[in-house]
Amino acid sequence: MNFEFLFANIGDLTVTGLSQGAIYALIALGYTLVYGLLKLINFAHSEVFMMGTFGALFAWQLVGLHENNPIPSVPMMIVYLLVGLVGAAVWSGVTALAVEFVAYRPLRRRNAPRLVFLITAIGASLAISEAVGIATGRQQFGMPDLFKTTTLVTIGDAHITNLDLGVIVAAIVMMVVLDQFINRTRLGRGIRAVAQDSDTAALMGINKNRVIVLTFVLGGVMAGAAALLYNLKIGVTRADIGFLLGIKAFTAAVLGGIGNLRGALLGGLALGLVENYGSALFGTSWRDVVAFAVLVIILMFRPTGLLGESLGKARA
Amino acid sequence: MNSRIKRSLAVLPVALLVAGAMGACSNNGNGTTTASGKCDSKIAFFGALTGPNANLGINIYNGAKLAVDQYNAKNSNCKVTLVQKDSQGDEKQAPALAQNLVQDPKVVGVVGPAFSGESEAADGILEQGNLPLITASATNPTLAQKGWKVFHRMLGNDASQGPAAASYIKDTVKAKKVFVIDDTTAYGKGLADQVKKSLGGMVGGTDTVQPKQTDFQATVAKVKASKADAIFYGGYYAEAGPFVKQLRAANVNAKFVSDDGVKDPGFVAGAGKASAEGSVVTCPCIPGDEAKGTFFADYKKKFGKEPGTYGPEAFDSANVFLDGIKAGKTSRAAMLSFVNSYDKDGVTKHIKFDKNGEIAKSEIVIWSYQIKGGEIVKDTEIKATS
Repeated sequence: MNFEFLFANIGDLTVTGLSQGAIYALIALGYTLVYGLLKLINFAHSEVFMMGTFGALFAWQLVGLHENNPIPSVPMMIVYLLVGLVGAAVWSGVTALAVEFVAYRPLRRRNAPRLVFLITAIGASLAISEAVGIATGRQQFGMPDLFKTTTLVTIGDAHITNLDLGVIVAAIVMMVVLDQFINRTRLGRGIRAVAQDSDTAALMGINKNRVIVLTFVLGGVMAGAAALLYNLKIGVTRADIGFLLGIKAFTAAVLGGIGNLRGALLGGLALGLVENYGSALFGTSWRDVVAFAVLVIILMFRPTGLLGESLGKARA
Repeated sequence: MNSRIKRSLAVLPVALLVAGAMGACSNNGNGTTTASGKCDSKIAFFGALTGPNANLGINIYNGAKLAVDQYNAKNSNCKVTLVQKDSQGDEKQAPALAQNLVQDPKVVGVVGPAFSGESEAADGILEQGNLPLITASATNPTLAQKGWKVFHRMLGNDASQGPAAASYIKDTVKAKKVFVIDDTTAYGKGLADQVKKSLGGMVGGTDTVQPKQTDFQATVAKVKASKADAIFYGGYYAEAGPFVKQLRAANVNAKFVSDDGVKDPGFVAGAGKASAEGSVVTCPCIPGDEAKGTFFADYKKKFGKEPGTYGPEAFDSANVFLDGIKAGKTSRAAMLSFVNSYDKDGVTKHIKFDKNGEIAKSEIVIWSYQIKGGEIVKDTEIKATS
């Protein structure tokens, strides 16, 4: 165990762990939202994220931004960021909707048992990932550089780069907006109502299907945002990247308490940190072992996750 | 009626997906030239044609394809078929494909398997089928030491490449402290271990990454903390690309030295031109324009681009089998003894295998290449030191 390395670099490890965790958290929202509403683990959500990474790439290519273009000026960078965000959010949202309409809605109409949904979710995930794999020849695609990564602030031994700071801030802002949307707006109230008791909500005049569609779109848009940040941070995408990130994000959702929005944020950030600290302490190959060991230990003491509340009961 | 239409509409996207998938499968069958009559011998390509590291396999396929097409043009009355088995570079796919080849008695030789990991998984099965193979790229030294009589290798292995890469780092890069990384595959780990052994006390830290990993910040943090001035990476370009990008984004400027698995434009695509600039790769393969004869021009004419990594070696490998077929060796046993006693000049080297299936030490060349302006350009020939 390499305590020396861990303590010497704790600042840097914390920053990069938080920025990776922020991406987990944004994807975890999609799992948590759908679970809170339908008690369904939407495994296809990982592919919703993957489609988002390609969506941003297509959008950039459409406006003529290619991989090896020189770094754009600041105003153009903002334009490109917005273009990428729109592209990613639209692709992810459309994919999430397609999954809901094609895979889940027909089953729900027939009152299929829950296990059937689970298998359908896994099937949809595989089908999308393989279809994209075939369409892209399973190639890896690089992303253009939108800005040069520089160290903005140095606190102690922590070098905070503009990239890491941007990722963390963007993710937290998206989360707060979503949280407020769910807790303050009329549509958000509808989501909470259906999550609490869908039959009663229907009696009160809430259109259940519309709420479900809205939830899938929200999850998709969040995954789109995560996809944009991922593109900026990681710099490549592939048809099969969804799998591992999906599992990590699902873990983050469970860690924080699945069905709980703030839990997803906390779980994501915690998972990012644990992974980084774990790999510093035991070596990189132990990263996932450490992450899942921590998950199991936490669930032993808090079976419903860190914050363990359902979406319906989440307070403002 | 109405609901039936709706129902069938819901099925439509799935049907499209399936149709798309089947279309793609049948594509794999194309590119094979059909043979007829008694002259129905086949040789097979085994490696990645799709997947994250597919470019390396496609280069090999193209080299073999060129050889077969040239042969068929000269022997139009007795054509040879080139079968392709796409492993996606994945050892889990490899055994089934090897089984498949063994079951087709017309297949008398295999060019491949391309990667060391899939070779470990597949070569034993080819051995059981007594099906001779010549790999144009799998460089893990232990492959030749498993007692597989069918195994042959058209290039130097990592026991030569490792020391050469190490001496490049010592003499040309003049590094003081080297951080060594491998990707835990049979190939990457095997090579990185050789490099570590040769570097000895200069190794200032080690780490591993996983195949298909995309987020390398933990490794980047270690490299940064080690203050190494050079990095050796044993692995493939799919992971090396994003790794270098994230390395440079963290302002680590250590010289990046890697191997033949990274020698592909896909590395530059993953890392981005700016981050990849100045990186060095070594390869026991020769640059396309160093090949003898008309290979370079022929390849360029056929595929509209310069031959990639392993292209010349694949061309030579396929030609060994084609010479065998020409000499009437259409059974596997006859082909195997033909390959074992082969002694002739190819475009890359004089081809003669020793009893383990390795090429003669004196024929082994290791080249270094540099990334300049987004292109992989040949640098120098490194003298193999072992």
